[in-house]
Amino acid sequence: MASNSSNAQQRLRIIAGHLQKHTGDGNTSVAAQECKAEASRSDPSSVTPVPKRRQEVMKWNGWGYSDSRFLFNKKGQAEFTGKRYRLSGLILPSLKDWFEGTFGANLQHKSLATPTLNLSAVAPPNLSEPFVEDLKAASVSASHDPEDRVFRAHGHCLHEIFALREGRIGRVPDMVVWPSCHSDVEKIVDLACKHNVCLIPFGGGTSVSSALECPHEETRSIVSLDTSQMNRILWIDEKNLTAHVEAGIIGQDLERQLNEHGYCTGHEPDSMEFSSLGGWVATRASGMKKNIYGNIEDLVVHIKMVTPRGVIEKSCLGPRMSTGPDIHHFIMGSEGTLGVVTEVTMKIRPIPEYQKYGSVVFPNFQQGVACLREVARQRCAPASIRLMDNEQFQFGHALKPQVSSMFTSFVDGLKKFYITKFKGFDPHHLCVATLLFEGDRGKVLQHEKQVYDIAAKFGGLAAGEDNGQRGYMLTFVIAYLRDLGMDYYVMGESFETSVPWDRILDLCRNVKERIVRECKERGVQFAPLSTCRVTQTYDAGACVYFYFAFNYRGLSDPVHVYEKVEHAAREEILANGGSLSHHHGVGKLRKEWMKESVSGVGLGVLKSVKDFVDPQNIFGSGNLL
Amino acid sequence: MEMASRSLYSSRQRMLKKRDDFEDVLEELRRSSDLRYALRCYTPSLYKGLVPCKASMLKTIVLQSDHLQYVIKQVSSESGDSSECVTEEASLILDEMAHRLQLSTVRFFAFMLSKAFKRLFRSVCVNEEGIQRLQQAVQEHPVVLLPSHRSYMDFLMMSYLLYMYDLPLPVIAAGMDFMSMKFIGEMLRMSGAFFIRRSFGGDKLYWAVFSEYVKTMLRNGYAPIEFFLEGTRSRTCKSLTPKTGLLNIVMEPFFKGELFDVNLVPVSISYERILEESLYARELLGVPKPKESTSGLLKARQVLSEDFGSMHVYFGHPVSLRSLAEGKINRCQYNLLPRYIPQKPSTDNHEFLNDAAFRLVRMQEENMVLKPWVLIAMLLVQNPDGLDLSSLTEQTDWLRHLALAFGAFLDWPDHASCSEVISCSLALHRHLLTVSAGHVQLSVTEALGAETTPEEAVFHRAVVVLSCASYRNQILHVFLRPALLAVAMQSANSNRKDDIYSCFSFLRNMFSNEFILCPGDSVQDFEEACYLLMKRGVLQVLEHEIVMSASGHSTLAFLCAALDPFLQGYQVVCRYLCEETNESLTEKEFVPAVRNFALKLILAGRLKCYEALSSDLQKNTLAALLRLKAVRKVKVGDQVTLRVNKIAVNSLEDTLGGTIPTQKPVLARL
Ligand SMILES: Cc1cc2nc3c(=O)[nH]c(=O)nc-3n(C[C@H](O)[C@H](O)[C@H](O)COP(=O)(O)OP(=O)(O)OC[C@H]3O[C@@H](n4cnc5c(N)ncnc54)[C@H](O)[C@@H]3O)c2cc1C
Repeated sequence: MASNSSNAQQRLRIIAGHLQKHTGDGNTSVAAQECKAEASRSDPSSVTPVPKRRQEVMKWNGWGYSDSRFLFNKKGQAEFTGKRYRLSGLILPSLKDWFEGTFGANLQHKSLATPTLNLSAVAPPNLSEPFVEDLKAASVSASHDPEDRVFRAHGHCLHEIFALREGRIGRVPDMVVWPSCHSDVEKIVDLACKHNVCLIPFGGGTSVSSALECPHEETRSIVSLDTSQMNRILWIDEKNLTAHVEAGIIGQDLERQLNEHGYCTGHEPDSMEFSSLGGWVATRASGMKKNIYGNIEDLVVHIKMVTPRGVIEKSCLGPRMSTGPDIHHFIMGSEGTLGVVTEVTMKIRPIPEYQKYGSVVFPNFQQGVACLREVARQRCAPASIRLMDNEQFQFGHALKPQVSSMFTSFVDGLKKFYITKFKGFDPHHLCVATLLFEGDRGKVLQHEKQVYDIAAKFGGLAAGEDNGQRGYMLTFVIAYLRDLGMDYYVMGESFETSVPWDRILDLCRNVKERIVRECKERGVQFAPLSTCRVTQTYDAGACVYFYFAFNYRGLSDPVHVYEKVEHAAREEILANGGSLSHHHGVGKLRKEWMKESVSGVGLGVLKSVKDFVDPQNIFGSGNLL
Repeated sequence: MEMASRSLYSSRQRMLKKRDDFEDVLEELRRSSDLRYALRCYTPSLYKGLVPCKASMLKTIVLQSDHLQYVIKQVSSESGDSSECVTEEASLILDEMAHRLQLSTVRFFAFMLSKAFKRLFRSVCVNEEGIQRLQQAVQEHPVVLLPSHRSYMDFLMMSYLLYMYDLPLPVIAAGMDFMSMKFIGEMLRMSGAFFIRRSFGGDKLYWAVFSEYVKTMLRNGYAPIEFFLEGTRSRTCKSLTPKTGLLNIVMEPFFKGELFDVNLVPVSISYERILEESLYARELLGVPKPKESTSGLLKARQVLSEDFGSMHVYFGHPVSLRSLAEGKINRCQYNLLPRYIPQKPSTDNHEFLNDAAFRLVRMQEENMVLKPWVLIAMLLVQNPDGLDLSSLTEQTDWLRHLALAFGAFLDWPDHASCSEVISCSLALHRHLLTVSAGHVQLSVTEALGAETTPEEAVFHRAVVVLSCASYRNQILHVFLRPALLAVAMQSANSNRKDDIYSCFSFLRNMFSNEFILCPGDSVQDFEEACYLLMKRGVLQVLEHEIVMSASGHSTLAFLCAALDPFLQGYQVVCRYLCEETNESLTEKEFVPAVRNFALKLILAGRLKCYEALSSDLQKNTLAALLRLKAVRKVKVGDQVTLRVNKIAVNSLEDTLGGTIPTQKPVLARL
């Protein structure tokens, strides 16, 4: 039932939501197109998925769609509003207990956000008049409306959102421009060079590395180059299974449109509802199903990027080349410091025939990691395999939309459930892995058996498809929870790393403990939530994702405390053999560690590339270097 | 813990630190049955990350560890022996080494020791706050217990106390010498001792088995690891220069991220009277120590009838290794090599290790309880002809206040007059003294028959002096820095601060094998000394000068006298090396030869300082000269000979004697 091919579609529908309902595929073309005339935008049948005025559908000071949010209703029950997600409109009876118990928070103590943007807090734009003039002449769409500018002044780091909630507005771009195709970008970059204007490419705005923040020391006019209107699939090549796509396209639109042709890219970062193809390339993104489809670097065949020196690209679509260092690897991860990615040729795959979720419960985290390691050794990882630690497992349960646990406290209920179901498993130690299999039916079933057999060797017991599916469904709503926390004096953040197999357990334990200790030393009254999961497996290691959150009531400068703790956690990661980042990138947040991460020479190489490509520092976001 | 690590670096703060109060554990014991204690319900609080594991399982875990497997393969390919053969060897090493901690044995010991302690000691005092801190510490992170080492009693007492206080029983690194006492050895094994060979220099396999064994216990939180930083019992009651081998082993799991933190707990054990007192003195004078044999220890039964006064055990603040290493160790250095492959510690690590070891020993020193007798001993050593009781009382009182001002941890009875306190002390140590007609003096001649040779007389006298000196030594660390300054002021050729500092740092350098002087702390020590003496009104420290106050003379003279035996002793060694040696002096011959030389000087009436006869002092001098490269070791055949740079040694001697001021050029040339 839940495990058939319609499931795949169903899932995508959930993800896609109902934003800007598409009527037909009038705006999607599979033939090469010229640059769209601005006029065609007014055609109501081809409303673009991401409007220029994003603040009309999305929160200006929080995550996601304006209509979707968690709240505690009058009865003190948590609910999720809106209609977009499976969870929308549902009550989550255990969340309150979990929330209060975990953070020592109290629903009486609210810390609500400033409801609307105070326009007077936004500094007037520092415009370069000649640039504006020339831009108008080139008929590139632009705005210096304060709301538009504020929306593009940040990503989704905690400190960025926290400041917005408090109504604090820092340096924002002086202007937003919306190119609608590659040649528009060329014009903009030319003019920026001509008038010495600073450009910051803006894709989905989901950055979590302070990459979109305007550098304080920048005195030139800063222009945010919003790629959202460059969102077409230019062609699909079924012979070679590739698609040529404009870089501003948002993940969910790309998948939906390819689906309509029976294809997918399979690239599904957790932010895929909002993040863009260009953003993925610029940050070296990683998708949940990389085990089948690969990470972004495995998916791209060809990239076109406009730089101050001109366009950089390869001359053919050969699947692999030996032509010196791969120039794609200067582009990928460049974080908007070298130019604008405008078009990408990507691999595509037929939509899988069959999809099946699964889950396994392990007696403890060690056993779970050992199982994942074995799965990786045998190279039989499913499309996705994620291992949650005990705290996250409990958290997952707190998000169960249910009605039964009215009279039992949350953990008691858990205990009862798991002691009857998984004999001998301690509810304070057990942890769960969620699985997603994809492919043709026969192979999926065979694959599934292989994985469950391995799991059994490590004491893992199959815990059903529902638990697995729910885990993946939550992926997209979890990001909304931070805003709820911040309504009640709880702030939190996630961060990630990659680490060799043999160090995972030590790294996880030490980082979690470091967070707890740092919070305590910095005056956080209630022990923080400090939890992790293994989200990706590789031959030689894995990606680990941490969440931490704490009750900041009573702290005079909570953001400062938070930043210190995050900094300490990153130091701990590095000291335990973890990388600076697996996929979030460096931005400005982690730049101080670049040198020790890639060596002085390595940094010098990157600097000299930057110096050659962009001597005027037009792409002056100040990321990375 | 935070506090502890911070105060580790701030001596000012240290001086003002209030120490915990003591409880006498014997008190309750005397009121109830020993059997009840031995059989009491024992449920220690455990480490939160404990991986439960039986002692017998440890062996398998160690043998199968990646680290040991790696080394076994390596050794096998180097030696050509099959890896089964090497594994077998490793397994034998483990058998020889491993403890077999057993609660029943511990209970038996508890029973026996309760009886013994009640007879030996008037009281056994423990700071219970320290116990409470330890109780916390063992739950949070694996614990390493670092007691001072003055007596065989130390580790029995440690285990006994931990058992009494319901703390997890430690496993204890012990030297192999015990193994010759078959029965006792096995008993100790069953009460948690594990045995290490004294020297296994280049034996890779041994080192691997040993280090993996210790680390496994630490990582799994199996039990607190206990060992003696000083490596061996201090025969002089001065703290010994720490050994870093084991400390390195217990730190590595933290450096490599295998543990979040390790709690290092210095423990100071002090005795009012040391059981081995005269044994030690004899040993220092060259009578070989009796091999530890079961019968020897049984003879110790007669010891049981004596009064050893009180003993104090002070559990220091746990030191978080993590805080200690913060900013000093870059843990990333381990990122590029699989962690099971042994890696030579970097120079940073080396320095850190050394520094940490010194600081931990300093912490032991500082929390060592000092009895009034120690002050008296100091005065008696300084006055070989003895003192009148009244003057002794007066001077002891003076000294007591000086010691307190310098931060000594003095256990002075609350409600007793000074003369009462003194007479009690004299009574307890009467075997070292001659008291007649109100005159007190170190015991002399009386026991000697007519046929005693002059050499024997010197020897007898020396035993008494060294025994007494060992009590003085307990408090030397309190006076050390001001005393170095006092001597420096005496020998510097001006009042200029920089002149005095250069003398100070010369002396400090010279004596850094003799006393615990943290490397690199020269300036800090100097400032501490200035501060203490200034506070006492002995000195005025001006911008560029240090001058003695009008009333400062007696204090400075006293402080100089405190170091005098060492200054003299070192000079004797130097003189010997300059006057008597030729090319072929071997390392082995060194101590007996110097002893003879000193003996002759004493017999000839040219030397009054009996401490020059101490092999400890002689060895420390040699170590200093080697370090300063005034003497070199050269291997000739299978002998190690000492090559003396006579010019350098001579100039050091003169400088020590104050006949020439510190000469930077000479030192620089060394
Ligand atoms: C809830 C949440 C979940 C996330 N999950 C994942 C995940 O699963 N996997 C993952 O990899 N990341 C994840 N991220 C991080 C983020 O989504 C990625 O870094 C993403 O690739 C950013 O894309 P974007 O389009 O939003 O770029 P933006 O945030 O707009 O920009 C990011 C950087 O790329 C530059 N840039 C953007 N577009 C271009 C372009 N066309 N040309 C040149 N430079 C450009 C910008 O200047 C900026 O420096 C997540 C973030 C959030 C908030």
